[in-house]
Amino acid sequence: MKLSRGWIVVSLVVAALIGVRAFTGGGMGRVYVKSEAVSIDVPADAAKGTAATKVEWTAWAQVPPRVYKAAEATNPAQTEVVFSWGRTIGLWIAAFFTLAIFSFLYRDNPAYRFTEAVIVGVSAAYAMVLGFWETVVPKLLGALTPDFVKGWVLPSLSDQGPAQVVAMCFALVLGVLLLMRLSPKGGWISMWPLAFIIGVTAGLKIVSHVESDLIAQSVATFKPLVAFKTDATGAVAAWPTVWASLANILVVAGVLCCLTYFFFSVEHKGLVGKGARVGIWYLMITFGAAFGFTVMGRVALLAARVEFLFDDWLWLIDPAGKRVVETMSMLTAW
Amino acid sequence: MKRLVPMWIAIIAGFAMLFSAFFPATESLGEIFGDAFNVIAAIAFVLGAGSLAKVNLEKISRKDQGWGYAVITLICFVATLVVGLGKIGAHPNPNFAALPWSGEIQQEGAVFQWIYEFALVPITSTMFALLAFFVASAAFRAFRAKNVEAILLLVTAFIVLLGRTFAGVVLTGWLPDWASGLRLENLSVYIMQVFNTAGNRAIIIGIALGVAATSLRILLGVDRSWMGGGGDK
Repeated sequence: MKLSRGWIVVSLVVAALIGVRAFTGGGMGRVYVKSEAVSIDVPADAAKGTAATKVEWTAWAQVPPRVYKAAEATNPAQTEVVFSWGRTIGLWIAAFFTLAIFSFLYRDNPAYRFTEAVIVGVSAAYAMVLGFWETVVPKLLGALTPDFVKGWVLPSLSDQGPAQVVAMCFALVLGVLLLMRLSPKGGWISMWPLAFIIGVTAGLKIVSHVESDLIAQSVATFKPLVAFKTDATGAVAAWPTVWASLANILVVAGVLCCLTYFFFSVEHKGLVGKGARVGIWYLMITFGAAFGFTVMGRVALLAARVEFLFDDWLWLIDPAGKRVVETMSMLTAW
Repeated sequence: MKRLVPMWIAIIAGFAMLFSAFFPATESLGEIFGDAFNVIAAIAFVLGAGSLAKVNLEKISRKDQGWGYAVITLICFVATLVVGLGKIGAHPNPNFAALPWSGEIQQEGAVFQWIYEFALVPITSTMFALLAFFVASAAFRAFRAKNVEAILLLVTAFIVLLGRTFAGVVLTGWLPDWASGLRLENLSVYIMQVFNTAGNRAIIIGIALGVAATSLRILLGVDRSWMGGGGDK
């Protein structure tokens, strides 16, 4: 995609505005961290023939900018709370990604497509890495080579029984067979692990859906159609009782009407037709509520991203009081 | 052979899972099969990675339009994989400090966590946030109050949207206490608790029946369409 002159101008203007903002007041988009020295004594291990040693590293925890300012004000030579290049670069990259995705609201453009390419690569590798460390290592390698896994990465790994070892050998074979899908001739054999996956999923889903959906939801629908509510004195409160009873009646009637609409073995005529029609109304209300709920969820996410840009990156707002000092200095600079 | 073996694998695995829920003696069998399932699914990621690499490398070798983005995808994929599998920047678990690889992969300071925090989270959450605009725009174009059903959907969406904002509270805040049930925030709660509950409950019951029926068809070998190649034969 070729960059048009308009895009170059817009990019330059945005860069100039950010540049101005970066040097106004307390600046913007900086991250500070506090160091904590970690030192652990490792005792000698006679079995492995290792001597006692000490393992040390520095842990860095992010702190609000005001903590850095306070530390600097107390002691300008301090090195405990410092500027973090890694996190600051990360913050700016995150801001770029956020703006690049938002730029799609205008139209497709190179910044958006770049970010899209990044997320495809990163998310695929992310899932793979988690699958390796959280499943392959503890389950598969932990069963097949327990000593190696215990001495390498998971000392707390519990011993696996013979059934688990056999099952993991079986899983490994099926896993390798699954990779045959990449082969032009042996693709048919990848159907075996797929069959295992489908069988296990089918067996699991029958139990879980019948137990937690069909039975639990049906039981929850058996509500008293007259639900008495009492006040502080223990007497029956008229209006709360009416409202609670009406709510229960509406729920029971609604479930029955919706199920009637889903029941296609009987023609939707007469009483069944009327019930099905009421069921459609209930479903429309449900879809409307789901739509409103979804939009509100997305708007909340949008607000969070805008807050990230204006608070964490541009330092224009400070709802959590993270940079009281910066905000004041910016005001005085203006 | 090509269809019979997979069918029996599915039947045995499925019934093993089913029995494990009913017979305490086979309970551990269900857990073991579940672990095997997870391991196969994790190995399947290799298949996904191979497919991703193949598609993008083909695009690069053919110099298709936008092949540069395929390069970026591959670079990001390999980089994330290397820092993740290598646990770069991760400190050992303080309880097992002698083992450098014992640390959690998602910990402060690990490069993998940096990628999660500054690339994965901002991009995915902004993409979801973007949907707010597209959903609103699509709704504006598609929603028309033409009949009772459409009116119900529109009005409900309007009430739920307004009822969860400050504007909704202000708009109907003047209503007296005896009519407080008509305030938008209360109406919104009532809709969610009564009508939405009823509709969703019926949908969930319908889905559960459908899933159970489809799963049983697979376990009994009646439905073999998942093997491809033309239906139930």
